[in-house]
Formats: sequence, structure tokens, C-alpha cells
Amino acid sequence: MGSPSTSEATLRAAWAALDVLCDPEIPVVTLRELGILRDVRWGGAGLEVVITPTYSGCPAMGQIEDDVRATLAAAGLQARIITQLAPAWTTDWMSEAARDKLRAWGIAPPQQRCASAQGGGASVLRFVRQAATAVVCPRCGSSHTVESSHFGSTACKALYKCLDCQEPFDYFKPY
Amino acid sequence: MSATANYLLHLADNAVVLGQRNAEWCGHGPVIEEDIALANVSLDLIGQARLLYQEAAARLGGDATEDRLAYFRDVPEFRNYTLLELPHHAALVGYAKTDLDYGVTIVRNFLYSALMVLVWDALQQSKDEQLAAIAAKSLKESSYHLRHSRDWLLRLGDGTDESHARTQAALDHLLPYTEEFWSASALEAEALAAGVDVAALRDQWNEIVDDALAEATLARPTFAGGYVTEGKQGLHSEHLGFLLAEMQSLARAHPQASW
Repeated sequence: MGSPSTSEATLRAAWAALDVLCDPEIPVVTLRELGILRDVRWGGAGLEVVITPTYSGCPAMGQIEDDVRATLAAAGLQARIITQLAPAWTTDWMSEAARDKLRAWGIAPPQQRCASAQGGGASVLRFVRQAATAVVCPRCGSSHTVESSHFGSTACKALYKCLDCQEPFDYFKPY
Repeated sequence: MSATANYLLHLADNAVVLGQRNAEWCGHGPVIEEDIALANVSLDLIGQARLLYQEAAARLGGDATEDRLAYFRDVPEFRNYTLLELPHHAALVGYAKTDLDYGVTIVRNFLYSALMVLVWDALQQSKDEQLAAIAAKSLKESSYHLRHSRDWLLRLGDGTDESHARTQAALDHLLPYTEEFWSASALEAEALAAGVDVAALRDQWNEIVDDALAEATLARPTFAGGYVTEGKQGLHSEHLGFLLAEMQSLARAHPQASW
């Protein structure tokens, strides 16, 4: 760590490099937009990058760590990468820009907030009841769609079908 | 108070054993969507197990690592509920082979997820910060597993005569194993210290189960009494050994391998 002005500049350089780093699975949105890249900061031993997994078993986490390390190295930087579990990742953190990019890429973005799904409800049946929301087809904009599977090509997505344009599509689950 | 490594192992073993069982459907699912769904459920469960094994390894110290805990412990050291190690078919001796029954798979995933949403919900308030963080993540996943299995429980229970009969048979077979959720043991004291009184969740669990069974037109069998399984204390059925043999053989054949 150098003087305060050098460390400021290093932090800015690290943010600038990581800001454009995309998710390995959905290469049109950045890790920051998805809420996976949580922080870039100075720790006791130098630069630290904090990331959080979307799902406990997300197999992309290893790749993301490697990508972060390689991106920083290309900018002449080194950092300790910290995987942080709390607060648990939620699609509520996804930026509006990220939602638009997902839609353009053919993935319907999460359509409801899920902050209320957590703890302390009046009835345990809250765990099994799901508010019915019409998922909008990312291709034709129709809300005349149906879920064909709870799980899609990755843990974070469900599989839907549009009943108007007949196209199957992925839905990024509110989580 | 922080959770004991033993209690973390119980939670991790539950997740890894059911994750391994569900993964047996990979490439064999009744329809491709369910093939993918079960693989995704397994991925979540194995992810939860990894987080818990990593934490247990940190607390045990010495040469403990997540891999050593998953791959180099033997049957009596596993702390999972017996329910989770049973094969995907009705009662048979351990070496017997028969078709996998999706009814058994769905009923088991439903009964277990209905418990785990309550356990994770309580544990996310745990004073043990690492466990609380794992619980908050796992709750989201288990809620989704519950919705998935409950949905299929309704389709199968309230489906054709055959799907109804087979799902009812699966329920009659598996429900007695859930008595183990509530039985007193040294582990339950460790759970309580970690932040969850499991036996006290019974009424809420019954509410989730009875609500779904009514909608699925399935009848809840009454537990006639008798042996309550003790997998959580390391006393397992003959099926766990076969499961571990398959799961652990690669790591044991190449103990220094890394990939």
C-alpha cells in the first residue's frame, strides 16, 4: 500500500477493471450488475475483492474467482479474493440495466422482489404458497406464458414457454 | 453459542447423502425437465454440504478438510437421517436392483424439504454467524425444493390411478422414517445450542405435510409404533454403505488427486 493518493488510484483502477467483467454464464451482464461483485477495498494485507455466490452450489464461482484474478493481473494488480455468504445474494440487487440486458439476451428477468420471503411470517404455509405472477416473454412481450419446468439450464433459471409466439425461454427466478 | 462440528456434520451429511441419491436420476429422469430439476436440486444440496463441511473442517482443525470429511469417513461416522440414504424404491435388501420409482423420490424430497425450511428459518437467527449465513442461503434453496416436490406430489397424488397408488405406497413406506426427525438424542441438544429446537417444529411440519397431502388426495398413514431409525447417531441401514462406496471410490482411489 502506498500513500493515500496512490491507494485511492489503485482502488479506482481495480474498480475500473472489474466493472466491465461479465458473468461467465451470462456474458452480457457484469458481475457488479448481478450483485456478485460486492466490494473492492483495502484490507490488512492489501487489496481485497469481495464476491458472493448466487447459489450455494453455483459451479461458476471458481471460474468467477479465476476471472477476477486474471482481470486484475492484466491491470497489473493483485488482490485477495474473499467469498462472503452474508447477506445472502438476492435478485433484488440486480440493477435495472442488468434486467434490460437479460431481456435483450432472451432471458426474462426476475419479476418480483423477494425481500418478503424471509423469516417470521404468520403461517408456515408461506413456504409453499407462491404469488402467481405472469412472466413476460422476452421475445414477443406476451404475458401469456406457462412454466414448463421449475429448473432450467442453470440453478438460477426456470424454463418457460410463450403460448403466443411458442418460443421456450429461460426465466431468471426471483430469489 | 457456536454450533459443534458434530452438528454441522449432521446438516452436511443430510445434504450430501440426499444430493448423491437425487443425482442418481441424472440421465435417467422420467422426463428431461425432471432430469435437469433433480440434478439442480443435487447441486444445491452438495453446495450446502460443501459450505457446512468447510466450516466443520475449520472447527475441527488438524488435517480436516471438506474432502476428507465427505470422502474419507465411513458409515458409522455419518450423521444423516436414515430416510435420506434409502434407495429410490420400496423396501428391498441393499444389493437388490429394481427400477427407480419417482414417487419415492418426490415424497422423500417433500418430507425433507418441509423440515429443512423450518430448520434453516430458525438457524438463520443463530448466534453462530457462519451457520446463520449458511442457513439464510440454504433457506432460499430449500423453499424452492419444497415447491418443486410439493408440486409433483399434487400431480402424482391427484393424477392417474397408478400414480396415486404408487405415491401412496411411497408415503406409507417413507413416513415412518420421519419419526427420526423428532426423537431425542445427544445431537438434539447440540441443535438446540446452535439455535433450533427440532422437536418443537413438529406441529408446523405437520401443517405443511397435511396441507399438501389433502390437496394431493393422499391419506396419511398412522405410525403404529416400533423402531425409530437412528441414522443421526451413526446407526444406518445397509443402503448407506453402497451409496458411499460409489460416492467415495474415486477420491479413495486417487487420494492426492486435484482437479
